[in-house]
Amino acid sequence: MSLEVTSLESNTQVPAKPLKVESPWKIAYRRFTRNKLALFGLIIVILMFLICFFGPMFSPYNLYDYKLIDKNKPPSAAHWLGTDKLGRDVLLRTMLAGRISLTVGLVATAITVFVGATIGAIAGFYRGIVDTLLMRIADIFLALPGLPILIILGTVLSDLKVDPGNRIYFVMLIIGILNWVTLSRLVRGQILTLREQEFMLATEALGLNDRRKIFRHLLPNTVPIIIVSATLGVAGAILAESALSFLGIGVVPPTPSWGNMISAANNLIDFRKRPWLWIPPGMCILITVTAINLIGDGLRDALDPKMKK
Amino acid sequence: MTEALIQVDNLKKYFPITGGVFSRTVGNVKAVDGVSFTIHKGESFGLVGESGCGKSTIGRTLLRLNDKTDGKVLFKGEDIHNLSKSKLRALRPKMQIVFQDPFSSLNPRVKVGEAIGEALLSHGIASKREVKERVMETLSKCGLASYHYNRYPHEFSGGQRQRIGIARALILNPEFIVADEPVSALDVSIQAQIINLLSDLQEERQLTYLFISHDLSVVEHICNRVGVMYLGSMVEMASKEELFGNPLHPYTKALMSAIPIPDPTLKRERIILHGDIPSPSNPPAGCKFHTRCPMATDLCKQKDPEYRDVGNQHFVACHHV
Repeated sequence: MSLEVTSLESNTQVPAKPLKVESPWKIAYRRFTRNKLALFGLIIVILMFLICFFGPMFSPYNLYDYKLIDKNKPPSAAHWLGTDKLGRDVLLRTMLAGRISLTVGLVATAITVFVGATIGAIAGFYRGIVDTLLMRIADIFLALPGLPILIILGTVLSDLKVDPGNRIYFVMLIIGILNWVTLSRLVRGQILTLREQEFMLATEALGLNDRRKIFRHLLPNTVPIIIVSATLGVAGAILAESALSFLGIGVVPPTPSWGNMISAANNLIDFRKRPWLWIPPGMCILITVTAINLIGDGLRDALDPKMKK
Repeated sequence: MTEALIQVDNLKKYFPITGGVFSRTVGNVKAVDGVSFTIHKGESFGLVGESGCGKSTIGRTLLRLNDKTDGKVLFKGEDIHNLSKSKLRALRPKMQIVFQDPFSSLNPRVKVGEAIGEALLSHGIASKREVKERVMETLSKCGLASYHYNRYPHEFSGGQRQRIGIARALILNPEFIVADEPVSALDVSIQAQIINLLSDLQEERQLTYLFISHDLSVVEHICNRVGVMYLGSMVEMASKEELFGNPLHPYTKALMSAIPIPDPTLKRERIILHGDIPSPSNPPAGCKFHTRCPMATDLCKQKDPEYRDVGNQHFVACHHV
């Protein structure tokens, strides 16, 4: 009745031929590349980055070339997208504005992810009073209407006479911090389920410290959610920056941004007679945000383990 | 062999059932209801019983992965349920657990080498370079290869994952390991390998096991003493030879008669237990086993039998012994 094992030595190596098991990331990659629309979005965004960050190097003009002789010229061979009311090249300004807008989008989202994931993880891991406190604060943030708050904070910035060059950093910070709530709730929800898993019981038995439990065991398992939410968040942050700049309280001239370029053309004559002033930045916002949203949707489908295709 | 490593005294673990608008406690699932036993240094203590009888709960409560409801758990004379959080953490390396399910007990996003070595880092036992060395050493001890270090759990089979789980527990050099059905999720040939690995390690390192299982032949192979549980209580406990040679409790007898014997010509009396295990939230009065016991009398329905020594360190709780 006892287990007598003669052929199988206990310490013999289980034949370790490479198993044909795909890692979750490989599966997600395969699913994503099969999604034509998401790939299209990715290509557009990459192109947009390349053009905005490397395009200005090939431009014969300079951001501060004021040539009043050339003001308000329609598109031509010399100025592909025409010039604005100070005679500056609109193409160059659109590209430089893209740098600002894309950077604001990325940095603001990075701040959102950092704050949101950390708070969500702490709330979900410790539960109890910590959770209640953090989530009530989140509720308060959620109850505040976003745009009015942005406008108020933008006005405060103007009132404090922040240097236009530094202003962009404050804009990033404000947009980033105002968006942490959604992400932190997603992360918290995920962590609440993860902490009940058996491998978390194992970390408790091993006596790992809380920091290691949270950052090595729990958060890596929420990365798919964070990626999707962050991607969509970049689009939202670009829109928020544009809206703020359009209202004149985000990035302020002379630093160009897509929002304040449209704002500069916000009068009857420019609007009706000089569409080259506002169509390029407007299209850039539209295309970039749409493309990023396509990527986000594609990532969501690719990283969702319940979608077995 | 005589020095007690673990002493469990009248341990109780109830899980509350909440209901109603305000989540009031409306009842308790009595998973473990007054269990006492002692595990001596260097021995393997087996705990058997059917699903839901509280075996795993005991294992987890012994390590304070659950809080107890009542009773005492002494590890080397120290009540681990009274330790502060930091003292408990310091004690963790001394007592480890190997889980039943090798799939859910490994974090899918942590590399195997890191999963095994991180406890050393977290406790500050070894430096980063030493950790890697010791992980390699432990990997080979558990029948894995050094190139497995950088792999993720999904690249392994069930048996290999269980070896990883054992390596993770072993690297801390524990004195006591709770093996919570470590082989029931594996197929039979792999079961044998894992069991032999566990007994080799025990010999080499003087480990003490609490071996939880519902497979009596596995328990007979590895354990020195065995306790039989039914519905949260210990019904019989004796040395392996005594228990398998002379089972006294009717439940133990029924379990023994269910062990398959690889001899088709052998005819024997099977004791078939009728009915299901009663709900631990509402256990029957008197002897908990009387609803299914072939020998039950009126006395069994009224009076809880005393858990007593019938000589030769053989404990049993039955009126008819």
